[in-house]
Amino acid sequence: MKARYKVAGMISMLLVLAMGLLWSTRSVSAAAEGKITGTVKLDGAAPHMKGIDMSKDPFCVKQHENSPAHLENVVVGPGGGLQNVVLYISQGLSGAEATQVASQEPVFDQKNCMYTPHVLAMNVNQKFKVMTSDQTTHNIHPLPNALAGNIPWNKSQPPGAPPIEASWKTEEVAISVKCNIHPWMHGYFVVVKGPYATTDEKGSYTIENVPPGNYTVTAWQEEYGTQTAKVTVAAGKPGTADFAFKAK
Amino acid sequence: MRRMMLNGSLVLTAVVTVALCSFSWAQATKAEEDRRLGMESHIGKLTGHAAAAQGTYRRYCVGCHGVLGDGEGENAQWLDPKPRNFTLGIFKCRSTTTGTLPLDSDLFDTIGRGLDSSNMPSWNPLSSQERADLAAYVKHFSARWVTEKPGTPIEIPKKPEVTAERLKAGQEVFQRVECWKCHGPTGMGNGPSAATLTDDQNRPILPYNFHDGNRFKCGTTDEDLYRIFMTGLDGTPMPSWSDNIKPDEAWDLVFYLRTLQPMKSKAKEIARQIGLKPGAPSAAPASAPQQ
Repeated sequence: MKARYKVAGMISMLLVLAMGLLWSTRSVSAAAEGKITGTVKLDGAAPHMKGIDMSKDPFCVKQHENSPAHLENVVVGPGGGLQNVVLYISQGLSGAEATQVASQEPVFDQKNCMYTPHVLAMNVNQKFKVMTSDQTTHNIHPLPNALAGNIPWNKSQPPGAPPIEASWKTEEVAISVKCNIHPWMHGYFVVVKGPYATTDEKGSYTIENVPPGNYTVTAWQEEYGTQTAKVTVAAGKPGTADFAFKAK
Repeated sequence: MRRMMLNGSLVLTAVVTVALCSFSWAQATKAEEDRRLGMESHIGKLTGHAAAAQGTYRRYCVGCHGVLGDGEGENAQWLDPKPRNFTLGIFKCRSTTTGTLPLDSDLFDTIGRGLDSSNMPSWNPLSSQERADLAAYVKHFSARWVTEKPGTPIEIPKKPEVTAERLKAGQEVFQRVECWKCHGPTGMGNGPSAATLTDDQNRPILPYNFHDGNRFKCGTTDEDLYRIFMTGLDGTPMPSWSDNIKPDEAWDLVFYLRTLQPMKSKAKEIARQIGLKPGAPSAAPASAPQQ
């Protein structure tokens, strides 16, 4: 009897504690903002990225006469830094922080028959722009999971066409986007809540505008999947989280 | 004794909570089902009721589209193109812009018309009421019709007169926006990108060949053709062109495309008179890789 009592008591205590914790993280003021920095590396030899045969379209071939194009599934920089990894806060954000939309408009360019950037991160409901710098017709065909809330569409963009503005309704890591005319053109839209960052060619990143608190940061790479790390951000002291993905 | 009672009440509370939860969950699912089965379709004066189509669907549609409407019926494995998965709410034949739900009349028309070059026959032998009911039943499979409204239909201006100038202008549109990348320089469906096209499920798919004389999947009239390339065919590689082809140019393109087809038409007659030949466009490679 007594044991059961204790269990029930402990469970309710834990519940109260958990609720309290949730509440305390909510009430952190967003005024004193910090950041989370770090690097993402590839542990092991960089996989070979196949060259792209663009002979279907002479325009594309011409753009790469002097710099052969390669697939960009895994882009490793000097020192093993992994490029195009998206980092976002998967736990610890309050409701208000999670619904805040980044102010800078992400731009997805079709340049030299490649996607620049190869991976574009953005917030839920954040407007982003798809533009073309090429003198050849592309079609932009994002393929989100329609059952999860984001709806696929397919639009053309001939040379000189105005940019397309769009946004996504729900979180999705990640939405595959392709050009049917140039089958090698394949990239990702990563739609997350709250502050996010994408690694540069050295594999480093900085997530700005993070209020002090305890967080779980998730790193997503298209070939290697996700990794998470616990990070604490204090006022005036940025949190750090380094990641290493194992080469397959 | 008191403790025992307290303990008993604790257990009782737990049991009641669990029971209530599962009861309300069952109620919620049942309510959701009822709500979905209450789905209606409105086509002109006709009102279709999803609940009324249950028998018809089970008799004629379930074999391919499946009990759940997910396109996984027992015949699906033998079919190509695959039966539509209604749970996604994504359809080829729409009057509405890309990425939006079709009108009820679009679903109704597709059921009646069937989809040429696929296993979907015309269901015109069913009464129009039955087809309206089926359109509502198709809708009931996707929650999108509960949360979203159909898109705005694109406007199709009145068809102008076919002229030689319009045919030449249409050919220029065909070359400028590069229809030939998939449909081929002469519309034979053999463009440089034709061989690698895939649909949204990553299955191989062919571009339309204008020379084989098949009907279009989404209708046969000039207005249908206009609508097909302006809205795009969602779920396939065919994008929407409404942002990049102006309404007047769109009619030019319609007329030019008619000259590529084997069927007799006024456009074809004029093209013959002025000697308009579908040629390799200037931007196309002289030796387009043949695949």
